Amino acid sequence: MRVTLDQLPYHKPAIVAAIDWESLGETDAKRLRNLGFDEGVGVEALHGAPFGRDPLAVRIGRMQVAIRRAQARTIMVEATAR
Amino acid sequence: MTAIPMVAVVGNPNAGKSALFNMLTGARQKVGNYPGVTVERKSGRMALGDGRPVELVDLPGAYSLDASSPDEAVTRDVVLGRQEGERLPDALLIVLDATNLDNHLRFALQVIGLGFPTVVALNMVDLARRDGLTIDKERLAAELGAPVIETVAVRRRGIDEVKDALGLAVVAERQAARPEEDFTGVQRRARAIASAATTGQTLTRRSTVAIDKVVLNPVLGPILFIALMFLMFQAVFAWSEAPMGWIESGQEWLGQASANAIPEGFFRDLVVQGLIAGVGAVVVFLPQILILFLFILLLEATGYMVRAAFLMDKLMAKAGLSGHAFIPLLSSFACAIPGIMATRTIEDPKQRLTTILIAPLMTCSARLPVYGVIIGAVIPARTVGLGIGLQGLVMFGLYILGIVGALLAGLILRNTVTKGASQSFIMEMPKYQAPHLRPILIGLWQRAWAFLKRAGGIIMAVTIALWLLSSYPVAPEGQKQTEYSIAGRIASGIEVVVRPIGFNHDIALALLPSMAAREVAVTSLQTVYAIDAEDEDAAASAVGDQIAARWSLPTALAFLIWFVFAPQCLSTIAVARRETNGWKWPLFMLGYLFALAYVAAGATYWIATAAGL
Repeated sequence: MRVTLDQLPYHKPAIVAAIDWESLGETDAKRLRNLGFDEGVGVEALHGAPFGRDPLAVRIGRMQVAIRRAQARTIMVEATAR
Repeated sequence: MTAIPMVAVVGNPNAGKSALFNMLTGARQKVGNYPGVTVERKSGRMALGDGRPVELVDLPGAYSLDASSPDEAVTRDVVLGRQEGERLPDALLIVLDATNLDNHLRFALQVIGLGFPTVVALNMVDLARRDGLTIDKERLAAELGAPVIETVAVRRRGIDEVKDALGLAVVAERQAARPEEDFTGVQRRARAIASAATTGQTLTRRSTVAIDKVVLNPVLGPILFIALMFLMFQAVFAWSEAPMGWIESGQEWLGQASANAIPEGFFRDLVVQGLIAGVGAVVVFLPQILILFLFILLLEATGYMVRAAFLMDKLMAKAGLSGHAFIPLLSSFACAIPGIMATRTIEDPKQRLTTILIAPLMTCSARLPVYGVIIGAVIPARTVGLGIGLQGLVMFGLYILGIVGALLAGLILRNTVTKGASQSFIMEMPKYQAPHLRPILIGLWQRAWAFLKRAGGIIMAVTIALWLLSSYPVAPEGQKQTEYSIAGRIASGIEVVVRPIGFNHDIALALLPSMAAREVAVTSLQTVYAIDAEDEDAAASAVGDQIAARWSLPTALAFLIWFVFAPQCLSTIAVARRETNGWKWPLFMLGYLFALAYVAAGATYWIATAAGL
């Protein structure tokens, strides 16, 4: 199953398949890279904030990161069997 | 003679860098600033096992050498030898979080590539072990080409070993820097090393996952957040009652003792009524300020602060900001100065500027004395049902007014002068940690000291100046001293401007000195009433009683509303100038806040008067 990160069901482990760095803009792209976002890294949606479930709290590698859905939409992930 | 060797401590944010630094240097720390930027420079002396001294510098946490904030830029510039006011380190101490190697190794690899003699502290190994992670430290050392030492900084474990390793590192030769690697390459190498050196399945800390199930729950999360905020402000008032009583008794005793010791005359009045009563009126709020800071320090140390930012992001987005802005704004409840400095973590310049411009609207602790005295004087101490006091309710209302004002101002600014692209919110959510007593106490001590220095410095100086300016020239018979004196004449000029919004001559006199620090408004009024008093008894009576007797309710309310908005603090303006690199924005801030204060206070006065209050 290949979806964008904002569409990934909660607690379903996945692997980052592709990131649309161009549409992110320089600042956000740098920020995501610095927090470990990269093709091949394990990712999982953990929580959604109240009122519209935005932003999301996601696990990337061994780290937990807050990210708005608008940015999560640029990240394509491939769900993995547990 | 050669200078003592310097070791820079580097690592990701949340690696436990500062805890390790504290354990290595003990209390022998110096906090300063790097020239031109407001980034703190923390350094300390450390004695090696054999007695050789080493200077340790705690650099700001960074995710990579590709800096995205002023803090990270300092770290990058120091290790590249480009930072003004800092020499090139002789060796580096890299701190890694053992539970998050994948991410922390990237920065470590970048830094190791620079060729410095390096020691790696593998910190928080106890937490890693508890989560079932084992790290092969020999393997790690071989891959990194640097000695790796397991540490648990908060429990002092591994400290001596780190010192021994640093003793070797500071006399080692620096090697040539490796050619720069591309970022993705470093990233992947970091992950490969981390997975080769780590065995264990756990991906996130179990306790953090469990706590987040409640804290970030869509229903329970906001309830808990509101409860915490309510507890915080409730505690500020409830817990402070007893210690404030002690300070007041101490101050009374001091006043009595001084009155007995000093012969009657001008000097006695100055000391007893000016200094002790005036400065004391401000110092009495120390307990409230410390309780507020205690909560903010705890929220930060436990990792809850970022969760609060996460929960508030959606609301902040409505004002054109993001969860990033929440943390500086919450700090501004204590004081706008650390609040404005905390905006440095906001990367988007427009969002950062907006946050700086609205930070002074958050009700800082310096307004507490003003609100406390005026509310105590004019709002009756009765309940409005359910055990909720009217005075507390008014105070709460003033806080809410500040928040609403800040969000509206933010919204308007973001659509006009600080217009920019829509915001993103991307932030690490650190694992939860039990707070440690020592750093919290050190933090509180620094705040208390800063406040007392303020009270003993600028507040005392302004009080003395005002006392002198209001005492001379001496008024002839039949003229009021506070109108005839120099200060009185200046106040009469100001009064012309503020009369339409219901302010009297006393308030006009208090406004100017309170630009130095808001609390001085209270000491100034104390001064005015003491000097004008007919006899000793009246001079000694509390400023609150004088206000209750002399001010109308509309005037008192207008005065309160004025203080919600007015930029009555020169230090805030100075920090805003430093952080925005110029006078343009601080002057803009001054202008819009004064305009807002004038209009809001005026509206309050006229509405209250029309309502017959």
